[in-house]
Amino acid sequence: MMYPAPFRYHRPENLNAALQLLQRLGEDAKPLAGGQTLIPMLKMRVGDVTDLVDIGRLPDLDEIQLGESEARIGALATHARIAASSVAQRLPSVRDCAGGIADAQVRARGTIGGSISTGDPSTDWAPMLHTMAAIVEIQGPGGKREVAIDDFITDAYTTVLQTGELVTGVRIPLPPARSGGAYIGYKRSAPAYPTAAVGIQLTLDENDVCIAARCVLSAVASRPVTSAAADAALVGTRLTEEDLRAAGELIIADTNPPADVRGSADYKRSVLRGLFLQVGAKALQRAKGENIEGEHNYV
Amino acid sequence: MSETKPEFVEAVDIEITVNGKSYQRSVEPRMLLVEFLREELRLTGTHIGCDTSYCGACTIRLDGDAVKSCTLFAVQADGAKVATVEGLATEAGLHPLQKAFSEHHGLQCGYCTPGMLMSASALLDEIPNPSDKDIKKRIAGNVCRCTGYQNIIKSVHAAANELREA
Repeated sequence: MMYPAPFRYHRPENLNAALQLLQRLGEDAKPLAGGQTLIPMLKMRVGDVTDLVDIGRLPDLDEIQLGESEARIGALATHARIAASSVAQRLPSVRDCAGGIADAQVRARGTIGGSISTGDPSTDWAPMLHTMAAIVEIQGPGGKREVAIDDFITDAYTTVLQTGELVTGVRIPLPPARSGGAYIGYKRSAPAYPTAAVGIQLTLDENDVCIAARCVLSAVASRPVTSAAADAALVGTRLTEEDLRAAGELIIADTNPPADVRGSADYKRSVLRGLFLQVGAKALQRAKGENIEGEHNYV
Repeated sequence: MSETKPEFVEAVDIEITVNGKSYQRSVEPRMLLVEFLREELRLTGTHIGCDTSYCGACTIRLDGDAVKSCTLFAVQADGAKVATVEGLATEAGLHPLQKAFSEHHGLQCGYCTPGMLMSASALLDEIPNPSDKDIKKRIAGNVCRCTGYQNIIKSVHAAANELREA
């Protein structure tokens, strides 16, 4: 068995107690939610963690609400609950993302707050939330603040969270009519991290011409890859395969994915090109009102 | 200021109900649930395969959900209801899933089987009449290196049929 190094365990009763505890214990104390990223890291003995503050049972932090103009997902909502929620019904790319993460066992424990807070470059929520221009809600001893998802992750495993701060939820502005999105990764198997993933969110006018687009590549750099040029290249087109290929090149050509056990840089760029066409086509169908399934591809 | 790295940590008192029986123990916070089940309770039906949250051999049910017990501290399960493979059979005999795995050759070496059974039992509680896709998606986090999965899928269908007729 692999054992984590010894740590002290705390289970505060409420959010305020957790925030005070995290601040008092300092930067080597870590919050523990579902533990699906943190526990494997502790078992590999990454980092010097002295204390774990178990926030997994804190009340009221797992609510999922679909409002008139935005959806809100509490930080402790699990991927499985999000996949089965009204928000996933309304926003298909949320369904793709929540239902495509790892496997059923991990989705039952892992949380959206934990996923984005780790800043792991291979996780799915942060890039998917970029396509929706989501807002991250943060609470600390000094009060609450909000950060755009694009500003939240600054580098691999690095976020704007200060010691003693926790993510309490994410807010997703609901897209206008004739919008659709998709988020799909390619994995070697369900529990494996994606080799690469692509997310695209589109809005069409009444003539099926694209009037807004947000694309993202994931798992191929230290943080989600975005491109204003690629987004702009899709606007004004009818999103034919040729249009998608041209826009995809603007974001994929300059990406230099790390060569690793999941493949070489060239191989990953090939995967990205295929995914970009597939995800773009699905997003377009959904923007036109088709209700189609999509999920991560794995053998 | 940060806390110092502890070399020794006091045990924490926990109470976990496993297969309907309540157990109270004092455990080190870093004890994983799979170790608690195997070493503290001697319930060795739950297997350790990869120990990295990949293979699913350690799958148990925590308050109904199939989860990987190598990626859960025992202290996190304090107060929870845990079900392991030992809890499937009753005095009346094997659980329909166990019978079906046996009859349809859903196992060869058997190492992955406890995890497969627990994932399948969670699936059938939720979806009594699963499609091939439902089954594949639900056991995608359980690795089997012998069967090629086809007979596992047949076994789950057979058990689903028997449970629906019961």
